Amino acid sequence: MPKDSGIGASSKRREDVRFLTGEGNYTDDINVHGQAHVYFLRSDIAHGTINSIGTEAAAGMPGVVRIFTGADFEGVGGIPCGWQVTDRNGEPMQEPPHPILAQGKVRHVGDPIAAVVAETLEQARDAAEAIELDIAELPAVVDMKAAAAEGSTKVHDDLTSNICYDWVLGETDEQVVSDTFANAAHVTTLDLVNNRLVANPMEPRVAVGDYSRGTDEHTLYTTSQNPHVIRLLMCAFVLGLPEHKVRVVAPDVGGGFGTKIFHYAEEAFVTFAAKACNRPVKWTASRSEAFMSDAHGRDHVTTIELALDGDNNFIGLRTNTHANMGAYLSTFSSSVPTWLHGTLMAGNYKTPMIQVNVKAMFTNTVPVDAYRGAGRPEATFQLERVIDKAARELGVDPIALRRQNFITEFPYDTPVALTYDTGDYNGTMDKLEAAADIAGFAARKAESEANGKLRGLGVNCYIEACGIAPSNIVGMLGARAGLYDAATVRVNATGSISVMVGAHSHGQGHETAFPQVVAEMIGIDESQVEIVHGDTSKIPFGMGTYGSRSLAVCGSAMVRATEKIINKAKKIAAHLLEASDADIELKDGQFTVAGTDKSVAWGDVTLTAYVPHNFPLEDIEPGLEETAFYDPANFTYPAGAYACEVEVDPETGKVTIERFAAADDFGNIVNPMIVDGQVHGGIGQGIGQALLENCVYDDNGQLLSASYMDYAMPRADDVPFYTVDHSSQTPCTHNPLGVKGCGEAGAIGSPPAVVNAVIDALQSGGKDIGHIDMPVSPSRVWAAMNG
Amino acid sequence: MTQVTMTVNGRTASGEVEGRTLLSSFLRDHLSLTGTHVGCDTAQCGACMVHVNGEAVKSCNMLAMEANGAEVATIEGQAAPDGTLNTIQQAFQDHHGLQCGFCTPGMVMSAAALLKDNPKPTEAEVRAHLEGNICRCTGYHNIVKAIMAASGQDVGAIAAE
Ligand code: FES
Ligand code: FES
Repeated sequence: MPKDSGIGASSKRREDVRFLTGEGNYTDDINVHGQAHVYFLRSDIAHGTINSIGTEAAAGMPGVVRIFTGADFEGVGGIPCGWQVTDRNGEPMQEPPHPILAQGKVRHVGDPIAAVVAETLEQARDAAEAIELDIAELPAVVDMKAAAAEGSTKVHDDLTSNICYDWVLGETDEQVVSDTFANAAHVTTLDLVNNRLVANPMEPRVAVGDYSRGTDEHTLYTTSQNPHVIRLLMCAFVLGLPEHKVRVVAPDVGGGFGTKIFHYAEEAFVTFAAKACNRPVKWTASRSEAFMSDAHGRDHVTTIELALDGDNNFIGLRTNTHANMGAYLSTFSSSVPTWLHGTLMAGNYKTPMIQVNVKAMFTNTVPVDAYRGAGRPEATFQLERVIDKAARELGVDPIALRRQNFITEFPYDTPVALTYDTGDYNGTMDKLEAAADIAGFAARKAESEANGKLRGLGVNCYIEACGIAPSNIVGMLGARAGLYDAATVRVNATGSISVMVGAHSHGQGHETAFPQVVAEMIGIDESQVEIVHGDTSKIPFGMGTYGSRSLAVCGSAMVRATEKIINKAKKIAAHLLEASDADIELKDGQFTVAGTDKSVAWGDVTLTAYVPHNFPLEDIEPGLEETAFYDPANFTYPAGAYACEVEVDPETGKVTIERFAAADDFGNIVNPMIVDGQVHGGIGQGIGQALLENCVYDDNGQLLSASYMDYAMPRADDVPFYTVDHSSQTPCTHNPLGVKGCGEAGAIGSPPAVVNAVIDALQSGGKDIGHIDMPVSPSRVWAAMNG
Repeated sequence: MTQVTMTVNGRTASGEVEGRTLLSSFLRDHLSLTGTHVGCDTAQCGACMVHVNGEAVKSCNMLAMEANGAEVATIEGQAAPDGTLNTIQQAFQDHHGLQCGFCTPGMVMSAAALLKDNPKPTEAEVRAHLEGNICRCTGYHNIVKAIMAASGQDVGAIAAE
């Protein structure tokens, strides 16, 4: 029987009521009394030298409060990068400055040149049109391989080249690598592109800065996945403000998918401008502005080689990737192609020798950073595509080839720096074969063929490193932050509970799922527990939500804090029951003395904590509130197997997703309904990447896909119903809930399944096509079939 | 500046607007009905969908002046006066048809327009109808399911929750 409350129950989401009735409180819904509006004048060319910015005429336009340019920010810091990657030669990566407003040069379409603050947004926009710009256009660097070439135009004059870093992981002895490939019975090689994407949460970014001269306090309302991280970066690196004078609020946030992790110039700007203008300043991005100012995702160009012995065992893997950083280093950009990508190249397989090479490139494009999955989709895509290609070249079943090479013993140390704690890849594949009805594929294929369509089946596995992460390890790897999280459990006198958490919920349902855990631990109703998040003035420090970490890391902090609460409450109960605290048991909200019928209710104990008339004051303090910080011992390793069935119309090249099945091992699960929803959403985005989405620049660095007219977002009729199975469960061994995280799996696991299926369909139609790059659009399929 | 007057969720509302003021900003900025969201600037996403004289309309694609004298319904007027969710809203909660909630007001208004014209839509009809509503969170699975459930169809057989 499914449970109807507590851990494992599909409790309905309480946050839905406000979202369904228009009562949500998103950042753009916040208007501070007396606010002015800012409009950013952004570069419409990719690269140029700013000769002059004439603001005189604009400054006299109606409603204009003040116009800011780079000159106003000369004494102010730039946007920092949170992760220092070390080059293969031991040198730190090249790290150019990233000013709030352009200084001397513009480096991508969308780079902000000036900011007009006016009474209304329309007035600000009108005035911006009157600014006279003299910018001398320079050649743009767009293609990553061209950017790496000697003599290429440089994006940053002060750097030695456009190479941010040249990095290696795994086997560094070239002789070992070349011997492995020389001794292989078979080598499969694949060149591929992981297409550049735009995260596109439906809520564009918004920032409102407020400042009080009376108290010298700043408030920033912003669309962020991690308000404390924004406060730390902005205070310490950009504006030089004391953190206790700055409050950052991220209220309801309309989706993030990574792109709202980062500290953006607009946030620092409104904070700065609110003080400079002595009035609140609000910025709301238009969607077109979002396309040219939100950090983009993916954009890797890779060659991967897989070496197999005569028995089809994987014996070696080598990859060479160019990863686009864009024009500046966004907050976590440098970590994505390295520690979030290279470390995942073992996948689910016991390949003994792996070498990962990554060149990170500066180009005249929008900065690139984490997007749902962040590095792991890029790793999974190339690995699962090359395995599929190898299976086809060797004439073996792609599922059997994977099973033969699965890691089956845990813990498992990969050659690329991770230790997988648990997993059951064969068991998960069994679940997938059932969920996808792989046995019935032949019949469905015959039916498609009878209708003149080609049908293909694509299967792949994935693994991800989530629950980011142990601070000591990420610190060694170059992270400039700790990656623990924190929770405060505040029990009120009448027994209800507020839990202040560092994780931020922007669609993940924390307000529902987190109380399920606390309620279960204490044995009270879920409605008695409330989650508070998204406001640095209300919550303890917290690193926020990304990397599928909320429940695994912040949830663990919440469990630890609740354990402290229970321990203290037991002492109070022991006092009231005149027993020893060792004998007190808590069940269903009742404290009992073991072996007796003496009991006291949760609410009586909590009331005693706040009305301590009869209280062990000599042993413990009154009140009932505890905080815990939790730093995990390892990453978590969700893993799974996905299957996609497509039909290809040989006349048009159009691909239709007919069936999609996912089998995931997320360890223990708190709310299955929410977990399924996370997987659905991830698959939708993965299908978008595989079939539709592409962020395109022309050779001059013009962004061609800057609206929903040109950037194809998946719509309801592009996707099918999905079959999701997460009954394969190997609990994480090192967090108290045994959870692994589920937020990114769908986006990581689905693109290779789609592409594998398309290639299978084309092959079955007699076309010997090895690969088609994403998005697998009708024109690309048609060209491949008729090429 | 021009005076506009319309009925919004059964109440008379008026205000002074510029010629270029969109209905979406009149609702959000003048009437503080912030449940109507703005997710794009090319009339593609549907987050701003409301009903004008009973028809589903993208309020970012209509001037406030064009709605002068009209009956406008927004997400704020969909639940009963005591707060009870309507059938579509309840189905969205029951079937987890929303995550971040940003597309949700538009989805609910769009679904209401569909079910008015087509009380028992097929899966394909629901998907086709949602062409003008983008959701980035749900992969649409539970939105389609919720709308079919709201139409009184048994969705128990649809794979997964
Ligand atoms: S805001 Fe109206 S369609 Fe996007
Ligand atoms: S629920 Fe987030 S966009 Fe639909």
